Amino acid sequence: MNVAEIRKDFPILGREVRGKRLVYLDNAATSQKPRCVIDAIREYYETYNANVHRAIHYLGEYATAAYEEVRAKVARFINAPSERTIVWVKNTSEAINLVAYAWGRKFVGEGDEIVTSVMEHHSNLVPWQQLAKARGARLRFFRMTPDGKLDLSDLDQLFNERTKLVAITHASNVLGTINPVAEIARKAHEVGAVVLVDGAQSAPHLPVDVQALDCDFFAFSAHKMCGPMGVGVLYGKEELLEAMDPFLFGGEMIGSVSLEESTWNEIPWKFEAGTPNVADVIGFGAAIDYLQSIGMEAIQAHERELVAYAMDALEELDGMVIYGPRDERAGLIAFNYREIHPHDLSTILDQEGVAIRAGHHCAEPLARWLDVPATARASFYIYNTREDVDALVRALLRAKEFFSHVPR
Amino acid sequence: MSLDDLYREVILDHYRSPRNKRKMDDPTVVVELKNPVCGDEITLYLKLSGGVVEALSFEGKGCSISQASASMMTQAVRGKSLQEALELVERFKRMVRGELPASEADLGDLEALQGVAKFPVRVKCATLSWEALRRGLESDEGRVSGEVE
Repeated sequence: MNVAEIRKDFPILGREVRGKRLVYLDNAATSQKPRCVIDAIREYYETYNANVHRAIHYLGEYATAAYEEVRAKVARFINAPSERTIVWVKNTSEAINLVAYAWGRKFVGEGDEIVTSVMEHHSNLVPWQQLAKARGARLRFFRMTPDGKLDLSDLDQLFNERTKLVAITHASNVLGTINPVAEIARKAHEVGAVVLVDGAQSAPHLPVDVQALDCDFFAFSAHKMCGPMGVGVLYGKEELLEAMDPFLFGGEMIGSVSLEESTWNEIPWKFEAGTPNVADVIGFGAAIDYLQSIGMEAIQAHERELVAYAMDALEELDGMVIYGPRDERAGLIAFNYREIHPHDLSTILDQEGVAIRAGHHCAEPLARWLDVPATARASFYIYNTREDVDALVRALLRAKEFFSHVPR
Repeated sequence: MSLDDLYREVILDHYRSPRNKRKMDDPTVVVELKNPVCGDEITLYLKLSGGVVEALSFEGKGCSISQASASMMTQAVRGKSLQEALELVERFKRMVRGELPASEADLGDLEALQGVAKFPVRVKCATLSWEALRRGLESDEGRVSGEVE
């Protein structure tokens, strides 16, 4: 994997911010976009913009074919058995909400249990809180090990005949923990529960095989994996999608309509009411081609190497606290440094051109579990280098110097 | 724009040794306010008597800007009438949003926080304690809690 060549594919990496080279370490929030993705979106609008599925004209047919081809591409990317299992949504949050409404309100009832964890992004917690309230169900939580992994030792008690759903993140956006979702799915299926995996932080960074994981739903967003904002994917097993009622009603999702009654289109279209985001789906197709030209194994190996290098460099710093497991982890590191508030750190790093994130990262219960008001987070992707890590460390030392006369 | 615009010496001094950062035993109003986006939180204790802010103190967690702003506020507002205090809140907020030049704001030491206007993402850090004060001054109840947007 040639990172120097990869960097040339990303126009934005050539710019300066505040007079400094851009060191973009906020990839867990959103990734940058390669030129091929930007070009694919422009090409769509310049040469074959038309609404899909309905038009009986050249552009409409061309756009429809291109749009549906990306669906098939996504199916292959996550090894889904059929493109019928791929539902377009606008992001991971919408995918999870779709399941919470269209599956949850139909199949979760009074006294049923939903199992999730303290490390979830709000998107994979709040919809289940709302579902539990609406249906009289109960939320239960995986136990955690002190270093921020799921403690699976009590699964035999946690999962039982009342467990209807296990909603778990594949990779934590704060701890970096990669959860053993295949093992969890196997155990959950023994009690007949459905398993939803939040793949927002995994699909961009490691090979995903939904059949090997044997999850029932898998949700992720294009924009964290070189694709445009506004496109997300819900994978669902066919029999589950078939059993669910539509979530949104309107154009495209119907079979036939009379004044009194309507029937629904087939899956996946019955979940896709209204004109979809065709241009960005096309852009997402280019992003998948791009990632596959590099190879997901190579991407994972690159990030592993970079995170190991960054962990070593950060741990050298006096007053550094790193959260999450030390071994196998996703390409991000959340930390606190010398009790300098993450906001202050982020502002000072920004002056050095280093973009990180500060806050609770939409995982407030996890911040509480860690017993910190906020953390700083550096997150990596294919175009990040050891020089980026070195720039991060230099900027942290600058922050230390700046606050050195503040005794803590 | 440089870091020194934001982190003036007087701000770092208040961050280093915040004034009036303690629980109050006999407040007439207590305001708890959180910024859910960043996790900053403040508990503001007010003793209002005869239309005057007789005393104020705070507890809380947050970045240097939020802590310094709260500390400086407790000094600036003490002894002011409710009306004067509300006007001060308004002038301060307008200054850190860049809507009112510091030279016209007449805010004394608080003018050190004018640099926040050049760092838009930090404005809410500076205004959290002031919003708590506004809610406390306008409240008829002894205890107010809430979140800023």
